[in-house]
Amino acid sequence: MKVDYFQSEYEIIRDFNKCIDCGLCITQCANGAHKRSKEGKLYTEDSLCVNCHRCVAVCPVKAIKIKKNDYSFKDNNSWKKEDITNIFRQAESGGVLLSSMGTPKDYPIYWDKMLINASQVTNPSIDPLREPMETRTFLGKKNSTIEFDENGDIKLEEKPFIELSTPIMFSAMSYGSISLNAHKALAGAAKDLGILYNCGEGGLHKSLYHYGENTIIQVASGRFGVHSDYLEAGSAIEIKMGQGAKPGIGGHLTGTKINKDISKTRMIPEGFDAISPAPHHDIYSIEDLKQLVYILKEATDYKKPIIVKVAAVHNISSIVSGIARCGADIIAIDGFRGGTGAAPLRIRDNVGLPIELALASCDTRLREEGIRDSVSLVVGGSIRNSADVVKAIALGADAVYIGTSALIALGCHLCRSCHLGKCNWGIATQRADLVKRLNPKEGRTRLNNLVSAWTFEIKEMMGGMGINSIEALRGNRLMLRGIGLTEKELEVLGIKIAGE
Amino acid sequence: MKREGEVRIPSGCAISGIFSKNKKLFSGESAITSIKVMHDRSNGLGGGFAGYGIYPEYENYFALHILYDDRVAKKDCEEYLEEHFDVINLSKIPTRKIPSIKDEPLIWRYFVEPLHARLLDSQLDEKEYTARCVIKVNSNIKGACIISSGKNMGVFKAMGYPEDVGEFYRLEDYKGYCWTAHGRYPTNTPGWWGGAHPFSLLDFSVVHNGEISSYDANRRFMEMFGYKCTLQTDTEVITYMIDYLHRKQKLPLKTVAHILAAPLWSTIDRMEESKKKEITFLRKNFSSALITGPFSILVGFEGGLMALNDRLKLRSLIVGTKDDMVYIGSEESSIRILEKDFDSITYPKGGVPYIVTLKETQQ
Amino acid sequence: MKSINAENLSYKELNSIIRQSNDSKFCLTGVMGQRFIGCALKNKEVEISGIPGNALGACLNGGSTIIVNNNCQDATGDTMNEGTIIVHGNCGDTAGYSMRGGKIFIKESAGYRMGLHMKAYNERQPLMIIGDRAGSFLGEYLAGGTIIVLGLRQEGNCPVGNFCGTGMYGGRIFLRSNSLPKDISPHIEATVANEEELNSIKAYIQEFSSIFGFESEEILKDNFYVLTASKSTSYKKKYIAV
Repeated sequence: MKVDYFQSEYEIIRDFNKCIDCGLCITQCANGAHKRSKEGKLYTEDSLCVNCHRCVAVCPVKAIKIKKNDYSFKDNNSWKKEDITNIFRQAESGGVLLSSMGTPKDYPIYWDKMLINASQVTNPSIDPLREPMETRTFLGKKNSTIEFDENGDIKLEEKPFIELSTPIMFSAMSYGSISLNAHKALAGAAKDLGILYNCGEGGLHKSLYHYGENTIIQVASGRFGVHSDYLEAGSAIEIKMGQGAKPGIGGHLTGTKINKDISKTRMIPEGFDAISPAPHHDIYSIEDLKQLVYILKEATDYKKPIIVKVAAVHNISSIVSGIARCGADIIAIDGFRGGTGAAPLRIRDNVGLPIELALASCDTRLREEGIRDSVSLVVGGSIRNSADVVKAIALGADAVYIGTSALIALGCHLCRSCHLGKCNWGIATQRADLVKRLNPKEGRTRLNNLVSAWTFEIKEMMGGMGINSIEALRGNRLMLRGIGLTEKELEVLGIKIAGE
Repeated sequence: MKREGEVRIPSGCAISGIFSKNKKLFSGESAITSIKVMHDRSNGLGGGFAGYGIYPEYENYFALHILYDDRVAKKDCEEYLEEHFDVINLSKIPTRKIPSIKDEPLIWRYFVEPLHARLLDSQLDEKEYTARCVIKVNSNIKGACIISSGKNMGVFKAMGYPEDVGEFYRLEDYKGYCWTAHGRYPTNTPGWWGGAHPFSLLDFSVVHNGEISSYDANRRFMEMFGYKCTLQTDTEVITYMIDYLHRKQKLPLKTVAHILAAPLWSTIDRMEESKKKEITFLRKNFSSALITGPFSILVGFEGGLMALNDRLKLRSLIVGTKDDMVYIGSEESSIRILEKDFDSITYPKGGVPYIVTLKETQQ
Repeated sequence: MKSINAENLSYKELNSIIRQSNDSKFCLTGVMGQRFIGCALKNKEVEISGIPGNALGACLNGGSTIIVNNNCQDATGDTMNEGTIIVHGNCGDTAGYSMRGGKIFIKESAGYRMGLHMKAYNERQPLMIIGDRAGSFLGEYLAGGTIIVLGLRQEGNCPVGNFCGTGMYGGRIFLRSNSLPKDISPHIEATVANEEELNSIKAYIQEFSSIFGFESEEILKDNFYVLTASKSTSYKKKYIAV
């Protein structure tokens, strides 16, 4: 007798009155949730459904609905359904719980507790459609003193920098965690928009080298594909020290996903596991980081800005201060709500800090030490819309990284099943039949649309505040007010309460 | 109700300035006449003047004009001054009682120079030393406010219409080669004289018309370098930025203007290559010093005067010259009232500084 | 003709005298910065010696003429309906804001944001002519009417600053110049004025010339550009309903 501890999380409801039996749902579901019986009847294996909405989206007659299976345990606020079923899972398998994308837990979202200013009477607001409004952003070190030559002219000692048309970049998602077509869409959109995308720690596919001007290449603990061509290929180099979704943890791409192309790009044998260790094993202390930063600077003749990416953890402001003194040109801080291809559930849901608080305290600390201009700050970790971007810049960021938002633009429905490798949208998978569902040209257009629309919304909000150049918004905390925040939260964010 | 400095009070205003290139000394009355014409731009909640060349007998000493709420503040401040400076002379600033100026604080003037031994110990030059002491007093000594700290110059300000303030301070008795004037229209009753303009640090004095939207970005940039924005006014942060860029970064005033009122990228992209490179470098490097929002400012400094508008010229400004005299004002009537005919009339363009200096300092 | 020495009069006193008086012609001397002179004036004529203050002739009405024998300041003719303002000198910023009729003639140069949001309606066709140069943002948000900049001392160089006509969606801007501004927005159509277009402004230029003693024939000989709102690239934002 089989005892089933697990019931399906979802129910696939098919309206047989509408269904025309085209069978598209069967071919489109890589999880095999839609089947045809020997007698030719359509039926569903609900336990396999991950709620990715592929079948719903492609059904020509809209006959399919995915419902949450409302079977429930006895009401219990201490022990919710997921608490109970996770124990069932571990009792059965002895395994570490694994999941994908950012934490869905109900932690406070500080973006939604901050309000933006607008000009009235004492200062004119500006209409971005008809009046000049500038979002051009530069990332890199500034010169703390100006030097003059014998003629009394200013010595234009340029430190390496990144120029962006808008303060938004696509954050690191490795080739391996996402498909090549997704990378093609991101690279192409970055070029069209005049921004950068980050190729992640899986190396850079040969076919994408020509987007080098719009690429940030990443050097992570596994150092996959890090050869000289790779270092020269991008406009900037990012040292990945950590990731918001899984601070302190490395990465693991199983051998089954290392196909020919990935093997070539990562420079590891096919079928081999790709393990990114937790720390860089040549960085055990802050001075080692400085050493790596300078290895990369020397290797690229000091021509490319070096970014150091860290996860937001406790004491992040001291860490960031240390990194700023390491020679890094840009520091990227990843908040705990950031996405991931795969991470242990408990780490993803319980480790790290919200990016809003991390950003505010880092910006304040760097200013207190007088070194804010020695680095640019880029933040990420579930930036969901243009208002989040405006608030991030007002708190002190120079620019933001978007990952989850970009994937959603490409079709991701946040079903959080990336670790299964069967993404029906062709994003988080390497299966050729699935990858081809993501048309890079179309994806590129969708990303262009998203970032252009956000940029215009940012301009409208800036105009409302009477600001026509984005640099005047950076760190301009008087443009924010808190609502529903405690005094201590207001203090950490460095903003006043609405009404003051 | 919160006092100015504890809360930010936006305001609009009137400004004017008069300068003699030949260093001819003239009384503050002209400045009063000029600012009086623009009476309707103020609302009586603040007025002030800066005069340069007014203390020739003490021209090598820093002239500190200080406002005290009470005797305790005076005592504390004087104790601090004694510890850090050689006080050559001190006296009350002469004033006359007029009905429109009320609730005056104690108003004193000290001619000082840094105590030699302390100056050596600090390893600073006398200007940086004095600036730091002034900022220390203004942020730490309760009830004391040093409103000017330059050599051979002084700021006179109060709550009231500027023409009344001028009368109160007996400006007809002072003679200088440069005068700037300001009438304020704040949206609140600060009730505190220190909040009026001009704002001054060392020999820089700034009078300002407009409200800047970039204030907090500018303030948080300045506070990295030891400046403390105690008054939370736009004028204060603008003065600090000018001091930082000119005195500490040693950039010429023209370049400072190009940083504060940097041209738009669309304009920079059309510039010829070498100019484009320089302006891009400066704008990138000092991005936090960019001022957005309407402003027109008059910056007085030892031996000169600079007028500057925001890059979209959202506030008005006019310059008239006659022989060696230069007249600047928010409205044409404010300069016409002083001179019937001008040799030239200029309307400075947005973001383009108008700088005039004494003939004797020009090479 | 009533003569008034405005030297010791506040603007309130001065304007009240003009409003209450039964005279229809006034000659003001000693004017120095008094504001709102001729505000909402109806069927009266005021000649001014001195410098009038801001908002001269604001909300001006029909049958009224204001003549300034020197320069004028900001906000001249703000929201004016009808009438004529003649300035024998320079003009400050933001004159003719939201003008919906009438004429403003400036002999010399004008400041920034001239003719902002001027608008026309049926027989109300506002007109602004500037003799020499105009500053940036000329005709911003122009909705109707005509603005002409003659660049009389510019020797054929472009007589306006940056962002000329930004946001315009109606009306016409004529520039007497051999070259266009370098930053014309793609939402503006800028062409060399043809014979028909020039004929439509001939009478205006003649009127302007006769007031200030210029030769209209000479002026009309030179090259004129005309700026209008482009019909093909409108300012429609891309909105998507939620």
